[in-house]
Amino acid sequence: MVAAINDALDVALARDPDVHIFGEDVGVMGGVFRATDGLQAKYGAERVFDTPLAEAGIVGMGIGMGLAGLKPVAEIQFAGFLYPALDQILSHLGRFRHRTRSRYHLPMVIRAPYGGGVHTPEQHADSPEAILAHTPGVKVVIPSTPADARGLLLAAIADPDPVFFFEAIKLYRSVKEEVPTDYVTVPLGQARHVTRGDDVTVVCYGGMVEVATRAAEAARQAGIGVEVIDLRTLVPMDTDTVLESVQKTGRVVVVTEAPRTGGFHSEISATIAEEAIEFLRAPIVRVTGYDAPYPPFTAIEDVYRPSAVRVARAVRKVMAY
Amino acid sequence: MTISSDSLPQAGLSPEGAAASEAAYDAGQAAGLFQILAPDGEVVRPDLMPDTGTQLRLYRQMRRARHFDERGWVLYRQGRLGVFPPFGGMEASQVGTAAALSADDWLFPTYRDTGAALTLGLPIARTLAYWRTSPHGWAMPENLKVLPFYIPIATQYPQAVGAALAEKRKGTRNVAMAYIGDGGSSEGDFHEALNFAGALNAPCVFILQNNGWAISVPTRSQTRATDLSRRAEGYGLPGVRVDGNDVLATWHVTAQAVERARNGEGPTLIETVTYRVKPHTVADDPSRYRTEEEGAPWREKDPVTRLRAHLLRTGVLNEEGEAALLAEVAAEFEEALREADTYPDPAPAEILDHVFAEPTPQLRRQREELLAEVEA
Ligand SMILES: Cc1ncc(C[n+]2csc(CCOP(=O)(O)OP(=O)(O)O)c2C)c(N)n1
Repeated sequence: MVAAINDALDVALARDPDVHIFGEDVGVMGGVFRATDGLQAKYGAERVFDTPLAEAGIVGMGIGMGLAGLKPVAEIQFAGFLYPALDQILSHLGRFRHRTRSRYHLPMVIRAPYGGGVHTPEQHADSPEAILAHTPGVKVVIPSTPADARGLLLAAIADPDPVFFFEAIKLYRSVKEEVPTDYVTVPLGQARHVTRGDDVTVVCYGGMVEVATRAAEAARQAGIGVEVIDLRTLVPMDTDTVLESVQKTGRVVVVTEAPRTGGFHSEISATIAEEAIEFLRAPIVRVTGYDAPYPPFTAIEDVYRPSAVRVARAVRKVMAY
Repeated sequence: MTISSDSLPQAGLSPEGAAASEAAYDAGQAAGLFQILAPDGEVVRPDLMPDTGTQLRLYRQMRRARHFDERGWVLYRQGRLGVFPPFGGMEASQVGTAAALSADDWLFPTYRDTGAALTLGLPIARTLAYWRTSPHGWAMPENLKVLPFYIPIATQYPQAVGAALAEKRKGTRNVAMAYIGDGGSSEGDFHEALNFAGALNAPCVFILQNNGWAISVPTRSQTRATDLSRRAEGYGLPGVRVDGNDVLATWHVTAQAVERARNGEGPTLIETVTYRVKPHTVADDPSRYRTEEEGAPWREKDPVTRLRAHLLRTGVLNEEGEAALLAEVAAEFEEALREADTYPDPAPAEILDHVFAEPTPQLRRQREELLAEVEA
């Protein structure tokens, strides 16, 4: 997937001279995950450059660049290190269009690797997407396949509004597929069916899609039809696709690796409860991380992060209700 | 001890002009560095030589730190550490500064400051446990005020100001010392902390280890400033620039800054100019951003061999004495490693412990769920 992201950035730089890429270690090094590998050599250090180590500076500067007509594509090295920039994000990034009545807008993209499953040290595995989804005026995209990562990133860069683009670290090198070679976008706001089934709807995104898909396969062997829906974008959320599926299955499992309380999974659950309660045949079950900091402890990380086994158990639970 | 103008190097000795050219940067590196021992072990400031007991104490701590650093690599390769950010070559920068503290002072270390934490007295076994990513590495000893290594950059700096103020309010003479890297000194928290400390006269000592790199970004790309100690001036604090590979020098200036802080004379920023000889972490590949040759001159400035040369020349230490010291350091480490090996793996439900004093109803329920999951 990381190669697809690199390719999308390459295509975007080639298409539009306003696109600028910056962040910590994105230049010579090509990013700690190599997402920007080779781009500085190809497009020069004015368009692909290292910044000082300061996330508030990176986002704040990007806001200014965007206001003045460039297309800033910033990298925050890990989503868990986004927090110093929260003032810029919460106070400004999402508000400019609204508070200038569209006189100014921010076509900015902020990429950040997120999530667990690769035994990182403290704070490297956070999943802070709900904080961003809760910020009016910013879009949130979380791809789960290389082709989607490429197409969604190109769409995000083309989008006139600020977009957070979270990349599951676990997927960078573990998923591979053929991707288009030309300019092909995947529109924001359209969910994707990963599997089809009549019995249970599993809603998930990013790093959890692969986990849910394995659970669906296990369920299929037990004769349960699971419809796995990859949201792809949390803002805007494709409510229609989710509700249609729920109307068919009547049973829902929502999966994320973020902590339980106040997560985006709760938003999904609430939407279903509001719009489709009469179709539900069992309570909605959330499979999530816990309300504790993500553990760096190699030995028990896998307990915190939802596994296919946990998702499969939730599927059986809603079936047995 | 009070600070006297002849022994405290003043900020601002670097060449004028802030042109961000490489030449200016290199000149800045060379100028204004406070030194007691030259790289060959010759004494350049005989008037400031500490007693031989202190020299030996610092040497011993540097050897402990180096031993940890070297064994850390091997243990990582063997899969016995989860991750490790090496600090080899920076022992003088860490040991000399931390050795100026007493056990009642606060230490706010970054992930690279294993050497400083060990010097203050963090047990080797606990430190190993931390880099093994075991919760036993988070269990800080009761008799020390050292925090677990900070992973996010610069966040600890304002916290140190708060701890220092608290000590002052309680009427102690304790100080707080915080570490940061050259990269970290770009973060807003660094600047807010310096300003707060000055405005509130907090008994704080700020150590800025300038090791030349923030992962792949050299200091000269990080900032146009060529002398980071001068940042102190903007906040009304004394700034000191010291040869970070000369443990006698780092110890001397830090001891003075600590003394000043204890006496209510306020905070100090100390820039230790050193070099990250090794990769950023065990997982990093520095060949992507720098050449082998770049590091070569720094290997000649090695802090351990520098003091060693002096100790052997002056007879404070002989070959036999050193062999005994090294054996002792190695034995201490292996003993600690055996202890760390006895720490049990955490039980799964431990990830939910210590979130609040009293678990919330939600956490209680999640614990039950988790236990059911694990048993199923
Ligand atoms: C807030 C934050 N941003 C980014 C990172 C990722 N990161 C870890 S270490 C590092 C470089 C730090 O360089 P420096 O402060 O010079 O310290 P050194 O590693 O050289 O000791 C970066 C960017 C982080 N840990 N925290």
